[in-house]
Amino acid sequence: MLQSLTILLVFQLLGEVIARAFALPVPGPVIGMALLFVALMLRGGPDEPLRSTAGTLLQHLSLLFVPAGTGVILYGARLADEWLPLTAALVGSTLLTIAVTAVVLRALSKRVHQAEH
Amino acid sequence: MGSNLNEIWVYLSTTPLLGLTLTLIAYQAAFQIYKRVGFHPLANPVLLAVAMLAGVLLLTGTPYSTYFDGAQFVHFLLGPATVALAIPLHAQWPRLKTMAGPLLISLAAGSLTAALSAYAIGAVLGASRESLMSLAPKSVTTPIAMAVAERLGGLPSLTAVLVIMTGILGAVGARYVYRLLRIDDHAVRGFAIGIASHGIGTARAFQVSEQAGAFAALAMGLNGLLTAVSLPWILPLIERMFAR
Repeated sequence: MLQSLTILLVFQLLGEVIARAFALPVPGPVIGMALLFVALMLRGGPDEPLRSTAGTLLQHLSLLFVPAGTGVILYGARLADEWLPLTAALVGSTLLTIAVTAVVLRALSKRVHQAEH
Repeated sequence: MGSNLNEIWVYLSTTPLLGLTLTLIAYQAAFQIYKRVGFHPLANPVLLAVAMLAGVLLLTGTPYSTYFDGAQFVHFLLGPATVALAIPLHAQWPRLKTMAGPLLISLAAGSLTAALSAYAIGAVLGASRESLMSLAPKSVTTPIAMAVAERLGGLPSLTAVLVIMTGILGAVGARYVYRLLRIDDHAVRGFAIGIASHGIGTARAFQVSEQAGAFAALAMGLNGLLTAVSLPWILPLIERMFAR
């Protein structure tokens, strides 16, 4: 547990250093994820402690968004002023994005399937 | 007694202990409700916990910054959790690899739809420019969205809130979109929710299946990369389209 948490933090730290050193627009943790993925490919997979620590963290992923989400109280006035465009844009755009992505992916992966057979 | 209570409150409101403990209690209460209703997406635990905490902060007149002094310990774990997404990604790699072409094309389609439709709907209904710039990157993970919003001239902290709301909306609404369009494949479901609603969508996908979760994690990472690189170039074009 302690060792695998350290591994995750080391990869995050590497990611942060690379992001800053090369002035990349991508956040450190995302680069850390890519680096850990490469390491896992090279090693042939995670050991059991790493797998279970990652499982525990990801199982409670929703919890980690709660502090930032509570920041909604800072924007009461703006949300009240612009509630219609903001709500419509968020709801419309989110559902439309899910629909477009899913329909395109389904259409294309069917084609791959048919090409294989 | 009254002044005693007051002293206790003064103490509690200056330590990080209260914000941290409240966050954990609110989330566990929210998760119990979510479980009780059979993981129905409308009872999204992030939504419920945020509503409870916002209510408590507003009722007690506690500033967000005081609350965040404690809650930041939870917030911090987003970093290692993002790194940990490499593990399910690795587990699903054989299937991901065979779908590489379709995944990249639907990534491009979804990423463009997210920014364009948010801007278009907001602009038509009269949102301010600051709000539009804060809305455009709303589908990607918080740190990327905040950085992109800043470059576009939006408000990064408003973007953080819009990003979380987008995540909740995707986690709540995806099921209905999939039912309407008859989409059953967990790989497709996960990928689409990850494109549209980043980590919160990914959290929801993991509650459905590991395969959906891994595809969502990949989609979130790819859309983060693509948006960070492309939105600062694409948004001025979209703006010109609407300016006439």
